[in-house]
Amino acid sequence: MLKALADYLVFGVFGMAPGSRLGEALDFFVYDTMKIFLLLTTIVYVVAVIRSYFSPERTRRILSHKREHVGNVLAALLGIVTPFCSCSAVPLFIGFVESGIPLGVTFSFLVSSPMVNEVALIMLWGLFGWKIALIYIGSGVAVAVVAGMVIGRLRMERHVQDYVWEIKVGSAELLEQTFREKLEYASGYTVGLLKKIWPYVIVGIGLGAFIHGYAPEDLLVRYAGRDNPLAVPMAVLIGVPLYSNAAGIIPVVQALMEKGLPMGTVLAFMMAVTALSLPEAVILKNVLKTRLLCTFFGIVAAAIVVVGYMFNAIL
Amino acid sequence: MKIEVLGTGCAKCKTLYENTKKAVEETGTAAEVLKVEDIPTIMRYGVMSTPALVIDGQVKFSGKVASVVEIMGMLA
Repeated sequence: MLKALADYLVFGVFGMAPGSRLGEALDFFVYDTMKIFLLLTTIVYVVAVIRSYFSPERTRRILSHKREHVGNVLAALLGIVTPFCSCSAVPLFIGFVESGIPLGVTFSFLVSSPMVNEVALIMLWGLFGWKIALIYIGSGVAVAVVAGMVIGRLRMERHVQDYVWEIKVGSAELLEQTFREKLEYASGYTVGLLKKIWPYVIVGIGLGAFIHGYAPEDLLVRYAGRDNPLAVPMAVLIGVPLYSNAAGIIPVVQALMEKGLPMGTVLAFMMAVTALSLPEAVILKNVLKTRLLCTFFGIVAAAIVVVGYMFNAIL
Repeated sequence: MKIEVLGTGCAKCKTLYENTKKAVEETGTAAEVLKVEDIPTIMRYGVMSTPALVIDGQVKFSGKVASVVEIMGMLA
């Protein structure tokens, strides 16, 4: 139905010629914009209601009694449902380590939270089907668990900024919200999130549309196709400094796959973009010394590269 | 009355600060509205998701931007 509407708008109302590059790019853009915003609004609202039951404060309480390993897995899973905004990364990090949550477990959470979430799940599901969505979620959680375990094993506690260990964290007695308040929170959250991510989504869809209409198929496949063993690490290296969220990167991912790039390379690119970024590094520098920050980025990037190779091999 | 808006300086924290100031003006409450960006102070309240609103030392909510009307309700 949406496809018909997009076709009607682009080829009928705007009078573009079907099959022309500009026409096809524009059609892709209009169709994707409608579909993605419709999906986003519905799903983000539903998930926001679910999320209101998992505050970071509650997540911290659950995790503070867990050992490593079990803690890593639990932290990565809770990362999916706990609301997280990169601007809260600092208080969240301090709150976690101060309540005795091991450093590695904290990192499992920090990796999984921005990378694996409802927006990624639903958009991948809507555009590529449930298999790819589950593969992404599963491997994202695996990356978070492994990266956290490795960092835990390295015993890098002294590479956390010293002042972090001196902070005394109070215990806020937050009132439990009523269901009505939760619904209000959910609408507010949905509007706020859409307001925040729409420019990324539009830019992402625009880029996707451009690749869809203009990028010659053989060019991308020649440089980043299955035959090039360096394609996965290159995709990760390009993705790490870039900042976008799942909603913004997925249209690009869709267009790249259409052009014949292998799944593993494309998923690795998406994980690198969402899990690691320069702005996040700047924020985390407040609580991590350079050595730990670099270790963190290095380990997560390496884990993503492994996932990319694995999927290229089996899919 | 002492109102503190806790936040590390992101866009959401600024919006909450503006909303709070408006709510105080609208209700004519005699209150000073402070913006707290210092991390140890924020942590002392046990808040892990910013922005958060503290009225007379009590955390009212965290991790959301409340509307002017909502905040007015909390001032009454």
